[in-house]
Amino acid sequence: MKLKTWRELEEGAVIRNVPTSLEYKTGEWKRESPLYDSEKCTHCLLCWLYCPDFVIKVKDGKIYKFDLDYCKGCGICAKVCPKEAILMKEEKI
Amino acid sequence: MKTETKKIVAKTGNEAAAYAMKQINPDVVAAYPITPSTEIIQIFSKYVADGEVDTEFIPVESEHSAISVCIGASASGARVMTATSSQGLALMHEILYIASSLRLPIVMIVGNRALSGPINIHCDHSDTMGSRDSGWIQIYCENANEVYHTIINAVKISEKVNLPCMVTMDGFIVTHGMENVLLLEDEEVREFLGKREPLYSILDVKNPITVGPLALYDYYMEHKRSQLEAILKSKKIIDEVFEEYNRKFELNIPSFIEEYFLDDAEIAVIAMSSAAGTLKEAVDLLREKGERVGILKLKITRPFPYEILRKKLENVKVAGVMDRAETFSTMGGPVSIEVKAALYPAIKKPVIQSFMFGLGGREFSLDDAFKVFDILKKIKKENKIEEEFIYIGLRE
Repeated sequence: MKLKTWRELEEGAVIRNVPTSLEYKTGEWKRESPLYDSEKCTHCLLCWLYCPDFVIKVKDGKIYKFDLDYCKGCGICAKVCPKEAILMKEEKI
Repeated sequence: MKTETKKIVAKTGNEAAAYAMKQINPDVVAAYPITPSTEIIQIFSKYVADGEVDTEFIPVESEHSAISVCIGASASGARVMTATSSQGLALMHEILYIASSLRLPIVMIVGNRALSGPINIHCDHSDTMGSRDSGWIQIYCENANEVYHTIINAVKISEKVNLPCMVTMDGFIVTHGMENVLLLEDEEVREFLGKREPLYSILDVKNPITVGPLALYDYYMEHKRSQLEAILKSKKIIDEVFEEYNRKFELNIPSFIEEYFLDDAEIAVIAMSSAAGTLKEAVDLLREKGERVGILKLKITRPFPYEILRKKLENVKVAGVMDRAETFSTMGGPVSIEVKAALYPAIKKPVIQSFMFGLGGREFSLDDAFKVFDILKKIKKENKIEEEFIYIGLRE
C-alpha cells in the first residue's frame, strides 16, 4: 500500500472511506502458514468456526480456499482440526 | 452601531466571561467547578436553569470528564465551551492533546492559578504554561473587558481554524476584580459568530467515519505536520477575525500583541495579562519624566508571534520579559525563554533580561514595576547582564 504524504491526509486524522480494514493485509504479520490437505478434510468446519479472521472460505458447506492475506498464523485452525488436515508450516522470510 | 450607544456595565472577569457565554449560547457546556473560575460555570448554570440559553449543560465528576465530554460534543458538530483553573487544567492534560489533534473547536476559559504544591489558589501562569505545547491556541487577557470581547472572538477563531482555544485571565486579580465592560447586544454576538460549520460530524450516520484512529511510525509524523499546518494558518485568521470584530463594533481589542509607547522606546517590557496594566501605569509616569520606555503586551502565545516580536523590538536597546511561572530550567520563565529564542536569529535585537514575579498571587505593585524599569535602565547604562533571571518581590 502506498503511504500518503501529510498533505494528502484528512485533517484531524479522520478516515472517511470506511470500512478500511480490508485494505490492511494483516497476513503480513504471520510467521507460520496453515498447510491444508483436502484429502484428509471431512469439512466439519470447526476451523471455519474458530478462525478469528474469516480466513477459511466455505461454499455449499465445503472449504474451498484459505485467504492468506488476512491469516495471522495463529494456528487455531490446526489445533482444532480432528483429522490433522491442517499443519502449520514456518514462513520463509 | 456607534460605541457611545453601547452598554457599559461593571462586571468581574468571571461575570464578563459568563455573560459572553450567555450571549454566545453554546450548544454544549460541560464543566467541573474550581477556584478561581468557579463563578463562570456557577453563573452560567443559572442562565441554563432560568432558560436564558438553549445550552445542554453537563455537570461532570471531574475535569478529565469535562474535557472528554467537550470532545465528544464538538466531534458531533456542536458549539462547545468550558472553564477551569490550575489542578483542573492539569487533570485535563492528556485529553487536551486529543482535542487539538482531532481538530475540534472548543473554547475553554481559564482563570490562571498556581499549580500545587504548595497548594495555592492565587494567580500564577504555571497552569496554562504547563499546557502550552498541547496544540491549543492560547490567549492571555489583561482585564475583564478584554476577557469578554476575546471570548467572542475565540469562538469564531476556534471554529474557523478547527483548533481548540484557551482564553485566560489572572485568577482573583481579574476573575474577581470588578471593572467596566462594554457589552454588545445579543444579536450582534450571534450574528458575528453565525453557525458552526464542522469539519466532520460523528452524528452524520449517513456518512460514517472513523475518528481517533491508531497512527504509528507510518503515519503519526504526517498527522503532526498536518496539525502544525493548521496552527501556522491560524495566524492570519486570528488577525482577520479580530480585525473584522473591531471594524464592525468600532472597538480596539488587540489580537497578538498590544503596543504601549513602543514606537520610540529604548527600553521595553514584554508582559502578559494583568501585569501589563500595572506596567502601563509605570510607563505613563516615566514618560512624564521624558524617559523612552514602552510595553509590548503579549496576548497570544500559541501560535507564538515571533515575526511581530522581531519587528517591534528591532530598535529597542534593552527589553525585560515578565514571567509568572517557573520552568526550573535555571534560565528563566517560559515566556522569556521563547522571546529569546524568537529574537535570536534577528540581526538587530535588544539585550534581554528575564524577570520572575507574582508567583502564587504575590502582588506586583507599581513600585515593583518601577524596579523592573530601574534594572533595565542600569543594564542599558552598563551594557551588561549580570543575572540570568531576577526575582521581583521576593524576600531575599
